[in-house]
Amino acid sequence: MNTLAKTFRFFLVLTFLVGVVYPLAVTTIAQVFFHSQAEGSQLVVNGKLLGSALLSQKTGSPKYFWPRPSAGDYATVASGASNLGPTSEALKEAITDRVAKLRTACHVSAETPLPDDMVTTSGSGVDPHITPAAARLQIDRIAAARNLTSAQKEQLAALVTQFTEGPQLGFLGEPRVNVLLINVALDELR
Amino acid sequence: MEEPVSSREFGQLIFFLVLLIGLTPFIGGWMARVFKGERHFLQVPLGWMEKLIYRLGGVDPTEEMSWWQYAKIVLAFNLIGFLALLGLQLTQAWLPLNPAGQSNVELGLAVNTAASFVTNTNWQAYSGENTMSYLTQMMGLGVQNFFSAATGIVVLLALIRGLTRKTSTTVGNFWADLVRTSVYVLLPLCFILALALASQGVVQTFSAYPTATTLEGASQQIPLGPAASQIAIKQIGTNGGGFFGQNSAHPFENPTPLSNFLELLAILLLPAAIVYTYGVMVGDRRQGWSIYWAMFVIFIAGLGVALWAEYQPNPAMDSLNWMEGKEVRFGTMNSVLWACATTVTSNGSVNAMHDSLSPLAGGVAMFNLLLGECVFGGIGTGLYTMLLFVIITVFLAGLMVGRTPEYLGKKIEAFEVKMSMIAVIAPSACVLIFSALACYLTAGRAALGNNGPHGLSEILYAFASMSNNNGSAFGGLSANTTYYLWAGSVAMLIGRFAVIIPVLAIAGSLAAKKITPPSPGTFPTTGPLFVVLLISVVLIVGVLTFFPALSLGPLIEHLLMQTGHTF
Repeated sequence: MNTLAKTFRFFLVLTFLVGVVYPLAVTTIAQVFFHSQAEGSQLVVNGKLLGSALLSQKTGSPKYFWPRPSAGDYATVASGASNLGPTSEALKEAITDRVAKLRTACHVSAETPLPDDMVTTSGSGVDPHITPAAARLQIDRIAAARNLTSAQKEQLAALVTQFTEGPQLGFLGEPRVNVLLINVALDELR
Repeated sequence: MEEPVSSREFGQLIFFLVLLIGLTPFIGGWMARVFKGERHFLQVPLGWMEKLIYRLGGVDPTEEMSWWQYAKIVLAFNLIGFLALLGLQLTQAWLPLNPAGQSNVELGLAVNTAASFVTNTNWQAYSGENTMSYLTQMMGLGVQNFFSAATGIVVLLALIRGLTRKTSTTVGNFWADLVRTSVYVLLPLCFILALALASQGVVQTFSAYPTATTLEGASQQIPLGPAASQIAIKQIGTNGGGFFGQNSAHPFENPTPLSNFLELLAILLLPAAIVYTYGVMVGDRRQGWSIYWAMFVIFIAGLGVALWAEYQPNPAMDSLNWMEGKEVRFGTMNSVLWACATTVTSNGSVNAMHDSLSPLAGGVAMFNLLLGECVFGGIGTGLYTMLLFVIITVFLAGLMVGRTPEYLGKKIEAFEVKMSMIAVIAPSACVLIFSALACYLTAGRAALGNNGPHGLSEILYAFASMSNNNGSAFGGLSANTTYYLWAGSVAMLIGRFAVIIPVLAIAGSLAAKKITPPSPGTFPTTGPLFVVLLISVVLIVGVLTFFPALSLGPLIEHLLMQTGHTF
């Protein structure tokens, strides 16, 4: 009993350090130096909160770039993955279905391979990025839906190049395009 | 269709491994100074904090303890942690710092989560963003992230003293070990990592979830919280429990390739460095390096198989480059490297969904768990588990040449071998018995998210993960169901304390022995021969125990996938 009481007091002191002092210190410094990131990289356009630059959102209109499919239908509280395995019949059917729909929507022939990220669901369910190939695939569809002139379509292609992020620090991670950010820029395109 | 690993991906991999090995002597050497109570540079800025904790906590950091006194405090400290975390979850709706209005956690889930975080498993049958209040995350889950990691280290320290002390009745002081580990090692590293992560976009705030109006006019809630501070210790302390449900695949936990690299490094940094620390503390660095290379070889071999498997085309799906369950910013290499790093250590965080990995890559992850988390493993726990295998190895070597086995001059006798076997068998028995029961029970099978051999893999992975205190999952399994919650809680507690108690008992027994100088008949525990023998013992024990189960799960799934079979 003596051991328990003594340990309990010690537990409280240490809890105060790592459970109160530490997170509050990190919060204070993060809020001062990295305020926007610490608050979830919120994207405000025309005074209205449009979302977070780090969370994809459901986008079905042919006028916009589409994000990757989401197993949780782009829910954020909580988000989810398919957790289907490599021999899952359900996953096979879902992929076949997505491939067919994407080919029709983007007018791609059956021979052209599709970027894999556009027909598989992400791990987070809210993957904010697509591959540059997946972005390029959608240019024709968006141009048609927006009735763009060929000059405007070239601007759109330039936008994809502009929004393609290379590997971080030149060697880390994969090239990618942030879907929400490029869609916001797309709306501003004249 | 096969896409080879690109040179950039290969470059990242090599850079990562070289940096990990390069940092080992520096971090490991510094930890040795801290643990031995020698002078080091952090005493100037943080020494007052160490002394203040002793004074406020009312403990004496100089009193020497027997192994049983030490064990009693370890158990008391963990029991109090368990009850505190349980209490927080059961009452969080009535407590402050709950802007998202989370309700009280249900009893089964709360017990499972408390057992999970106290045992450094961090298995999660919930998603943080719709279950846990900020207060529970910060003062409950976050605190246990620190304490369970520190507990692993202090148990190891007791074992090291057992090996190095001569005819002694004591194994050290729990209070001093725990405070030094927390104040000088875990807190400073976490502080730096947390801020680096926040700079990349990991959230750190007490604001409520704002509601956005999307491009197409729908409303979207943005989940927030004090995440960066918790994710730092989650990675550094081999914990692995995500602030958000999708763990380090979630962009708010791991937003960029750089944050991914730092989190990956944090998974392996201390578990690797502490092996070097061990060499310093027993007075012979080669003892540490021999164990280090045995661990490294097993890690790299598994990584090689997993990478190879993941880059193969899937004949069942004719997909080009398997991205199901992965994030674009990380790609395949970073996802597989993480999967291997998080399963050899007892970390268990994920940046891609293990359930969707190819059968062999998922199988390697599972095999890593089944080896008992001794390949780097949890900080402290990994090395003490490997030392149990070392004891078994010198025992076997002793049998072969017909001499009394010894390790570091300590005679290894029946008591040590018995205790080692209990600690090795207990988690393995939990895996097999609870998995078999799950297959038998309707409730066990109803929770499956996949059919065919992959379904068995889900069950096996769940109990491999919980019994060995890892915490990663084949997430298709509905873990928030009665059988898995309660059986899992028991498996996690056995997997933790049925190892800790024997290890401390061995520490006490070894401390009491003399140290005999090495003779020509002593089996050397350094050098390539010993490394190969140690690797063999670890692999043989793992394969003998689990080959039948593995062949019915990932192995047969791999073969059926080659024929295009789906379930």
